[in-house]
Amino acid sequence: MDVENGILVRKIRMGTVIDHIPPGRAFIVLRLLGLHQEPRNRLAVIVNTDSRKLGRKDIIKVEGIHIRGETLNKIALVAPEATVNYVEGYRVVEKFKVRLPDEVVGVVRCSNPRCISNSPREHITPRLEVVRPSPLRLRCIYCERYTDYEDVIKHFFET
Amino acid sequence: MTWRGRDVINILDFRRDDLDRLFSLTDQLVESDYRAPDLSGRSVALIFLEPSTRTMYSFYSAVNRLGGSVLPLSMAEATSIAKGESLADTIRMFDSYADLLVIRDKREGAAYYAAEVAESPVINAGDGAHNHPTQAMIDLYTINRLKGGVDGLTIGVLGDLKYGRAAASFILGLTLYKPGRIVLISPEELRLKSEVRDYLDSRGVEYLETSSLRDVVPELDVLYVTRIQKERFPDPLEYERVRGSYRVDLEALSGAKEDLIILHPLPRVDEIAVEVDDTPYAKYFLQARYGVYIRMALLKLVMGV
Repeated sequence: MDVENGILVRKIRMGTVIDHIPPGRAFIVLRLLGLHQEPRNRLAVIVNTDSRKLGRKDIIKVEGIHIRGETLNKIALVAPEATVNYVEGYRVVEKFKVRLPDEVVGVVRCSNPRCISNSPREHITPRLEVVRPSPLRLRCIYCERYTDYEDVIKHFFET
Repeated sequence: MTWRGRDVINILDFRRDDLDRLFSLTDQLVESDYRAPDLSGRSVALIFLEPSTRTMYSFYSAVNRLGGSVLPLSMAEATSIAKGESLADTIRMFDSYADLLVIRDKREGAAYYAAEVAESPVINAGDGAHNHPTQAMIDLYTINRLKGGVDGLTIGVLGDLKYGRAAASFILGLTLYKPGRIVLISPEELRLKSEVRDYLDSRGVEYLETSSLRDVVPELDVLYVTRIQKERFPDPLEYERVRGSYRVDLEALSGAKEDLIILHPLPRVDEIAVEVDDTPYAKYFLQARYGVYIRMALLKLVMGV
């Protein structure tokens, strides 16, 4: 942790810290990870704090679990610079950057309402190639239309 | 790349030498007005889930001339779809009846999806505003045949460049060649969609965008005309204001090169005046005639006969 957050939120003993989230996007990340509806975990969200790297940033601290698996890479859709820190005994024991895969499968739907992948009868798993990570732009493998950051946000807040 | 068993979904799935092979076979078919029972005992499903006459009958004719049988599923007969069957199930069924599937669906990406589901080759006969690769093949063939090639030519594309699938596929198809210049002529509202624009930019293709047909007519070797549809304009008055500027008539063509050729994917409504039909510029009916031979050549190559 590179900032003095002790004033706002104390250090966690064991858990996951997601750092370097662009300011204002922490709540989107919570939603992406399904943490907004997970009452078992104690978590802290720090919004708009100082960052040497980003100027301003958000941080999420989740106590009690190490969040693992493919879902972590969903974070890269909205926070391409985010880092994940696993904490044990108040110390960071593992740290890595989230990685956006070349193809985002089954996470966001294509923004084109006329795309076959949005046809409710077809049960198609959406597959979008990453054109660029920031500002995010994806391209549907079916209709080849772009899905941009704003579309992704809309998707997560509608579903 | 080998043609046999290949899906035809997007013009960009093909390379220039693939098209050279298709076009040289088409030349032979055109010159001999080819008919032969090459597809005897084979069947082609025509799955047309969006109204179409030209493309459907062009394929119909191509299969007939090659002695194959047609399994048609058109909108009117699509009872299973009306009952709520998915496209995937329809494709699976026809896949077991036919040796090749030709599909048109208004949903974009439908042909790509059909090709994922089907084992037999799939030919995209138009998917919404997305692609129409066989039309692009016809367009490129017509230019090759009448002009001896595409390279170095100044090619104007007029009309709805945003929602028109024929225009989009044609423009993408041009990137397989080295045209001298591509001139995109449309009202502001119907300029190239960003996906196609970015592709041109990424390939370093030079193009000029303009709203004025008159300014560029004297430069053109080829003028590809597409229809501007009223429903694309939120304001009908705006449509009425612009439509006249994009109508190709003798006056608009004054100053054109003597050997200009005008193409159109058809059907035409009033974007090309009937008076133009009698000029040496008008090649759109010839283009439609070539369409049958292109589709025959495609069927022969994809089915390996």
